[in-house]
Amino acid sequence: MSPTQFEAATLARDIRADALRMVAAANASHIGTCLSMGDILAVLYADILRYDVGDPSWSDRDRFILSKGHGAAILYAVLAEVGFFETELLAQYCCDGSMLMGHASHKVPGVEVSTGSLGHGLPIGTGMALAAKRGGVDYRTFVLVGDGELDEGSNWEAMLFATTHELDGLVMIVDRNGLQGFGESEDVMRLEPLAAKLEAFGWDVMTVDGHDCNQLRTALARDATVAGKPRAIIADTIKGKGVSYMEGKIEWHYRSPNAEQLAQALAELGVDS
Amino acid sequence: MRTAFVEQLCALAEADERIWLLTGDLGFSVLERFADAFPQRFVNAGVAEQNMIGVAAGLALSGKVPFVYSIANFPVMRCLEQIRNDVCYHGLDVKVVSVGGGMVYGSQGYTHHGVEDIAVMSALPGMSVLAPADPVEAAWAATAAVDRSGPVYVRLGKAGDPVLHSSPPQLEFGRAVTVREGADATLVSTGAALRIALEAASELESRGVHARVLSMPTVKPVDVEALTRAATDTPLVVTIEEHGPVGGLYSAVLEVIAPLRAAVCVRVALADEPAPMAGSCAYLSERSGLDPHSVAKTVLSLVGGKA
Repeated sequence: MSPTQFEAATLARDIRADALRMVAAANASHIGTCLSMGDILAVLYADILRYDVGDPSWSDRDRFILSKGHGAAILYAVLAEVGFFETELLAQYCCDGSMLMGHASHKVPGVEVSTGSLGHGLPIGTGMALAAKRGGVDYRTFVLVGDGELDEGSNWEAMLFATTHELDGLVMIVDRNGLQGFGESEDVMRLEPLAAKLEAFGWDVMTVDGHDCNQLRTALARDATVAGKPRAIIADTIKGKGVSYMEGKIEWHYRSPNAEQLAQALAELGVDS
Repeated sequence: MRTAFVEQLCALAEADERIWLLTGDLGFSVLERFADAFPQRFVNAGVAEQNMIGVAAGLALSGKVPFVYSIANFPVMRCLEQIRNDVCYHGLDVKVVSVGGGMVYGSQGYTHHGVEDIAVMSALPGMSVLAPADPVEAAWAATAAVDRSGPVYVRLGKAGDPVLHSSPPQLEFGRAVTVREGADATLVSTGAALRIALEAASELESRGVHARVLSMPTVKPVDVEALTRAATDTPLVVTIEEHGPVGGLYSAVLEVIAPLRAAVCVRVALADEPAPMAGSCAYLSERSGLDPHSVAKTVLSLVGGKA
């Protein structure tokens, strides 16, 4: 069952605000990466994924893996906003004894897989997609990876595997925000021409504006699937999207907004502090 | 061991549709019987161990019980983080199988020696570690791995290992097997080192020393009861393993015995160095004193008087 009561753009705004509050309260890192994928998560949970918040392990659900597990705050936010657990719990992010660990944790309802070390999500998603394909069931598997994460060779192993096994139920979304831990992605490990690389690996590739909900919806839709091919969506994004002083700034991979900065960020998003 | 294990796995897969087999492009002339019988549950994942473990985790999260097959240290080291994070953290039913544990691939060089695997796998939370001694224990290990919920590591020897048990042993997960009784010393072995333990016990017998021999096909969780008994009944416990000196059987045994302040416990294991030359398993093991005569000598030097 897909929730139809959520409007993707509104959901995106709300989960960005949640993530900002969570990261600020916990004095945590990684707000930039949370904001870059806000629209992707919102479209997935508003319009694309098949899930049941009352039954997170429903066997026919679509699988979603956040492989860039350092963006956990906004994943928890979207799961809470769509009803997997109470939004009040988000205030417990990174607190002592909380299930909401700083990196994505499968102890949280709706999180399929714990991630944090990069390059793990796509191989696991590939296994899930293989189980679906050989089992003749039609759930889809979505894996969201960071562009910096593509430095990890395990992703490319998984890509070869997915092509070989014609896993057309598998979708990899690349959050192409162009920044990673210690520099610009193209300077650290050159990925371009990324689309051509992925095509050469046998994937059906589409590049979209990762902040355009309509483009994301079209690219993620089931009817966009090419038979026998896994799908890669390169989502061009801006790290820190939605908060002027964070956009495109590598330091917001690490810094946490103070009270004044948080108020400004929420005001820019158009939500109350 | 390898053949007995795969035969048993095929028999289990016949009755249990959850069982899958993934290989890292190894097992030529061994795994075909599984691949032919269960093509929908067989995957050659290529020479890509990290992805292979990830895929196995994804399958396990989809209700399957995947066995992952490779040789020596390949299914353990290259993909260690995948085993730690994807498999053990999630408590998944993934069974990692290494053929050629220890010095089986002796002449092939250190890149092909699985001599730290027990230490590394034992360190992972929730991981069970099995190291059968012969084809009888190996067939049992396949069943035990399926029956044991959660991650299991199975360290196998090679094809053509001799049967060491003269009568069918009572095999039980987490339990040692008393292969020979004795009150002067206890020789505890895991894996194919049981042969060394038994031959050493025979040599000791001829010198009037009666050694008990325990085979430990389960290294983790270790059999606390059998080890406590050994340390109480006999003044000397000697561990024998085809493994480096750190973190293997000796460590597991000492963790039980040391607090008892009962028996003296010493180890016979491989040296803490990559084998510096080509050599058979027996040749390289003997260089480290991992052979029956050296074990017997060690025991004689410690039990005193009786020799």
